[in-house]
This record gives sequence, C-alpha cells and structure tokens, in this order.
Amino acid sequence: MKTTEEIYKILKEKYPESTGDLITGQPVEEFISIAPLKISEICLFLRDNEELLFDNLMNLSGVDDANGENKKDETGANTIEGGTLGVFYHLESTKLRHKLTIKAAAPRENPEVASVAEIWYCANWHEREAFDLYGINFLNHPDLRRILMPYDWDAGYPLRKDYKNPEFYQGMKVPY
Amino acid sequence: MGLLDKQFSDDNIIITKVDDLLNWARLSSLWQVGFGLACCAIEMMATSASHYDFDRFGVIPRPSPRQSDVIIISGTVTLKMAIRVKRLYEQMPDPKYVISMGSCSNCGGPYWEHGYHVLKGVDRVIPVDVYVPGCPPRPEALLEGLMKLQDKIRHETLVKKSA
Repeated sequence: MKTTEEIYKILKEKYPESTGDLITGQPVEEFISIAPLKISEICLFLRDNEELLFDNLMNLSGVDDANGENKKDETGANTIEGGTLGVFYHLESTKLRHKLTIKAAAPRENPEVASVAEIWYCANWHEREAFDLYGINFLNHPDLRRILMPYDWDAGYPLRKDYKNPEFYQGMKVPY
Repeated sequence: MGLLDKQFSDDNIIITKVDDLLNWARLSSLWQVGFGLACCAIEMMATSASHYDFDRFGVIPRPSPRQSDVIIISGTVTLKMAIRVKRLYEQMPDPKYVISMGSCSNCGGPYWEHGYHVLKGVDRVIPVDVYVPGCPPRPEALLEGLMKLQDKIRHETLVKKSA
C-alpha cells in the first residue's frame, strides 16, 4: 500500500520528463499531473509494476479547466481562448488496496490525449463520453465516436464552459 | 350518460347511438404502447401492477405501436429520443391518443434551462391529449389522466373530425 507521495517519487524517477507536479492542498484529492501524450505509457507502467498494480480504472472523466482567456465573439457570447481541457483518471489497486488520481491536461485548441482503452477496457466508453461532451481527442482509441449525443450532433461539445446551444436540431426547437 | 341509457325495448335488443357505441368501445379498451422513458415509467409500471390495476380500465401494454390506441410519454424526452417517439406515434393506427406524463414531457421539467439535450415538451413533436403533472406523478394522478382521456373520447363524434 502506497501513498500518492510515494507513487509520485516512483513516477518522477522513472519518467522525469512526462511527470508533472504533485498537486495538493486543494479541496479535491491530491493528484499527479502527467503529459497528455505519455499517459498511456505511464498507465501501462502503473498497471503492471509489481509495487503499484493499478488493475482497476474506477473512473475517467473530462473536465473543462476554463483557465484560458475569456472573450466575447461578435454575437456577444462568451468564448474561451487558450487554456486546457483536463482528463482525470481515478485508479485503484484491488490487490494492494491503494488509490491514485492522475490528470492529463491538453491544450484547448487541439486537445489530444493518448487513449488508455487498451490498458483498461472500461476506458473505452469513458473516453467516448469525454470526447462526446468535451471534444477531447483520444489518440489510438479503437472506436472514437459520440456515445450520448446524437451521431449527427454538429453544435459542438455541450459541457464546455463556452458551449452555446443551437436554436434548432432536426427541425425541433431546442431552447425553452 | 351510460350506454344502456335507452334501456331494453325488446328481448336482446339494445337501442343506442352509433357514436355512443363506438366511443364506449374505444374508451373501454385503450391499449397502450409498451413504452417507457425514465423514472415516470416506473410509476407507470406501478399503475399497471396489481395494486392500482390499469387493466380494470382496459389498459394493457401492447408490444407493437400498430396494435395500440394510446401512447403514454412517461419521462424525459431527449432530442435523440424525440425522433423515435415521433416515429412510434406515426406508426400507430387512428384513432390514437397521447398522454404526456410528468413535468419533463409536459415542458422539459428540471431540464428546462440547462438541458442541452432535452426537448422542452413532447407537444413540440406530437399532439398531446392529456397532460399529467407531477415529478413523477403518482399512480392515482395517471389514473385521473386516463379518466380525463376517457371523458374526452366519450364526447367524440363521427360527424366532425376528432382532435
């Protein structure tokens, strides 16, 4: 059983380039930030290393960090430029009984994160959900398409902070 | 006004109006589409079960819209589902009736403002006969809604087109 600090030391030693900061002192659980394109490599290590054995991906969720610059477009609607979109991974080892939270933050303009669907199969639909609602592109995902919204939804990604609902969808009025 | 209002004038002969006979037949066996959407559907199932017994009104769920008279929109109608709801309604033979059950299908319910995926009222895609308020409505409320629909059918006539 290891604490997040101990796991952070192991990761920092093994992947000094790709491992970011250990973020503590926030109202959420402490988490380690990881480079988005290296996440699959590190997750495979986390799963297979004898000391870690994270065999269970409890949850994978997208988050709009909304840390970019707030702007108004020509219609007066809010848009966000720059900043990041995040993906949080909540891992658990059922054998060693420890847990870990990691985060990958990708730039908002081109959010690309390496897929972990081949490491934990349950990530497949979770990543499709994050793609559907935040537009995060998971590289090497076996079947990356919308999962909740209609397949022909072309009005953007609804859980982004600067999302604007369309007036009509297939002839049906959307706003109240 | 009951069907047997005019009484028997002879052995085994009932005298009534064609309208009354047809309306009586229709309102006494409203077969519903076996179709549920969200938490309201659980309440609808409770209404069908033994305690509230929808069947005593002649309501039984049919697995095909082509054999059904009434569709109960029981729950949140998402934009994705609205297309399917409309198709189900169009597959039903006339005369057909719609009961909108619960706040979501009446007007969008709790999703009215931020529900990017919710149709704000099923009456935007299909015509509704009876709205049942509630979140979800109790079985008694649904039964009341059905009786309202029966009332509506009872006063229909062949002469002019019904709603």
